[in-house]
Amino acid sequence: MSSAMTPEAQPITAPHTSAHLEDRARTEQMGYWLYLMSDAILFVALFATYAVLHANSAGGPEASDIFEFSRTALNSALLLTSTLVLGFSGIGFAKGNKGAGFGWLAAAFALGALFVGLEVQEFAALVAQGASPQTSGFLSAYFALVATHGLHVTVGLIWMLTYVALLLYEGPTRRVLANGNRLAAFWHMIGIVWIGIYSVVYLPGILQ
Amino acid sequence: MGRLNWDALPFYSWVAFTGALVTVGGGLLVVALILYKGWTRKLWTDWLTTVDHKKIGIMYIVLAMVMLLRGFIDALMMRAQQAIAMGNEGYLPPEHFDQIFSSHGTIMIFFMAMPFLTGLINYVMPLQIGARDVAFPFLNAVSFFMTAAGAVLMLLSLVIGVFSTAGWTGYPPYSGAQYSPGVGVDYWIWSVMISGIGTTLSGVNFVTTIMTQRAPGMRLMQMPMFVWTALCSSILMVFAFPALTVVTMMLALDRTFGFHFFTNAAGGNQMQYANLFWMWGHPEVYILILPAFGVFSEVVSVFSSKRLFGYVSMVWATMAIAVLSFTVWLHHFFTMGSSANVNAAFGIATMIIAIPTGVKVFDWLFTMYRGRIRITSPMLWTMGFMVTFGIGGMTGVLLAIPAADYVMHNTTFLVAHFHNMLVPGALFGFFAGYMYWFPKAFGFQLSEVWGKRAFWFWFTGFYCAFMPLYALGFMGMSRRMEHYDVATWQPYLIFACFGAVLVLLGIICLGIQLWVSVRDRVALADTTGDPWDGRTLEWATSSPPPEYNFAHIPDVSDLDAFYEMKQTARTAPAPYEDIHLPASSVYAPLMGVAAAIFGFAVIWWIWWLAALSLAALVALTIARNVTGEPHVTIHAAEVAKIEGART
Repeated sequence: MSSAMTPEAQPITAPHTSAHLEDRARTEQMGYWLYLMSDAILFVALFATYAVLHANSAGGPEASDIFEFSRTALNSALLLTSTLVLGFSGIGFAKGNKGAGFGWLAAAFALGALFVGLEVQEFAALVAQGASPQTSGFLSAYFALVATHGLHVTVGLIWMLTYVALLLYEGPTRRVLANGNRLAAFWHMIGIVWIGIYSVVYLPGILQ
Repeated sequence: MGRLNWDALPFYSWVAFTGALVTVGGGLLVVALILYKGWTRKLWTDWLTTVDHKKIGIMYIVLAMVMLLRGFIDALMMRAQQAIAMGNEGYLPPEHFDQIFSSHGTIMIFFMAMPFLTGLINYVMPLQIGARDVAFPFLNAVSFFMTAAGAVLMLLSLVIGVFSTAGWTGYPPYSGAQYSPGVGVDYWIWSVMISGIGTTLSGVNFVTTIMTQRAPGMRLMQMPMFVWTALCSSILMVFAFPALTVVTMMLALDRTFGFHFFTNAAGGNQMQYANLFWMWGHPEVYILILPAFGVFSEVVSVFSSKRLFGYVSMVWATMAIAVLSFTVWLHHFFTMGSSANVNAAFGIATMIIAIPTGVKVFDWLFTMYRGRIRITSPMLWTMGFMVTFGIGGMTGVLLAIPAADYVMHNTTFLVAHFHNMLVPGALFGFFAGYMYWFPKAFGFQLSEVWGKRAFWFWFTGFYCAFMPLYALGFMGMSRRMEHYDVATWQPYLIFACFGAVLVLLGIICLGIQLWVSVRDRVALADTTGDPWDGRTLEWATSSPPPEYNFAHIPDVSDLDAFYEMKQTARTAPAPYEDIHLPASSVYAPLMGVAAAIFGFAVIWWIWWLAALSLAALVALTIARNVTGEPHVTIHAAEVAKIEGART
């Protein structure tokens, strides 16, 4: 092939220049947000199923029989506070204050873990009182939606542990902090989904 | 071992046993060949652990070709059964016939068409936008191995246990535990779900690649048409596939743990299954068809030696189809008893899709108008598509009328219609792409003579196989009949079987084409990198392209970037620099193995193994996340050497 057909010269950016790193960060962020949107659609399908099946209690317990205001309020407070303090942790690391960063991260983890613990306890109590997912279409839809959310919270908790490992092992490098930003976005999305669950599942059930 | 025992082996019928034997024998033969030739190491280091988008693309297409064979054998068996089974049982018992039509649909959609288009996008799209790789090369490998894991489960169902008898759509309540106990539907669920997760990740990857990795100067409206269709198709993957994940998961929960999403009793609702399934399923049709439209756009422009007519309208038509594809899902179940107004709204939405599609067909025709047309094999597939797809589109508009659908639904008319869309609209496009880009991928062209023979057998075979089904649909023949006692149907079915045999000859021609082309590869060699006088960037690099695709990232200022480059004189290239590429990784194949084992364990209720493989999957994900993305560097001197060898 002759040189006349060679594409015009363009300097190649090595992967370690800052321009490249910024490009890379933008790329990763975009991919990650696409994934989050895809995940949100997953929840949309579960919400839609709950909306279709929520009245199909088939003679078993109904929403008003099993949902308690105090428990769900506490759950909401735990998860949303966890979201807030994870934000504090991010600010801490961004300002170079490692103590604040790790401290708030630990708080976010503890609140999230408490949330999962309470949810597992709630599920166990429901099953014990005969409101298992095998009871009715309503309860199948309820458990599927809320447990999928709970599973996401659990994944977020595991992610926090690996994030801590990365911070200790590698320090707050660009790559690691980007990982933390993605974790925060994930955690915020879980919070938003929880607000949806609270408004679509628990509140109407309690107010019935 | 859960519910797995010796009864799972296929000794219940000689047909099933033969199928298992062929599958196992084929697998052993491939392994033996690899061992005999001493390719094990090469296979592992150069292919299975690679993150190079070009090699992953080729692996996808190899997978698609293998699965095409399997899916086509199913088709041939069905046509043979229906040709014989007039007033008798034919040679296939109902249980087996039902497995065959279920696996035919599942394979052709999920394990033939999806890998084929993902492979083409993988190979071509980064080259067309002047990129070194996709945005997330490792994720790309994970996607491939998820798809492969699904395909492995699919093939395994032939040997251990049975496959679903509930059709490729798996409608409950029939697919529920009450009416379909056993592992068949579970094989369907898990093979589809695991490969679907891979596809979701592919979608994320492709959208990000197209939005962020384009060569400097390439604006959105300067992207080649194939890149546009890849973009729209990938957006659909990201937003439609979660619905499939959810609905198959719910069916799995119903079947395995006694939930009541879709059961008859205890407040289940089967309509919700149909809704969720087709909220994925209709966009899926466009996921399959849009990339093929992209191939046709490239091919028609190159072989008419003209710029694509109406590029802007083509882009908007593609976007319109992508958006509208989410608004028509209910037309798959008009007869389920929604109100007349709801049906009418979805019927009209469906007809509206014909408008942007019509725009595309006219754009292709006007591209050919007064062009200097070269009738090559990719061009033949394209022209065959335009004629055939037009007919399929018309029968689609007919079915979009709810009142007409009430008469035609569930008949062979419907079967003929969707084959009439997907065979020319997807498969002909993939074949056109395969023959068009093959010289780019391997450095030698495919035999034109055998390519044209393959086309003519496929083309005539298609008409012979499916036109009778339209007529049979009008005559009232239901789809999926194992036997029947209406004597007037039989001649049509025998003719349809004859059509299937013609298609078989087409497939044999494809095989011969590959064989003679590899044999004559020296004579067919493409030394220029541009065998077709192409117009887009993939033809600017050598055939096959070096690992880094482009020594210098091209600068783009025109839609037909490479055509424009060829018209203008260029200055001597700048000196080469070091090129950094992601290093290959063992994680992706290991994750694929873990996913396949997980699927198998859940299907057979081997819970300890399921827990173990899931833990392995999580551990691999974390390990990869912690270790980060290693790179390899190709030094400037080496680049100079590779590039120097081109001239």
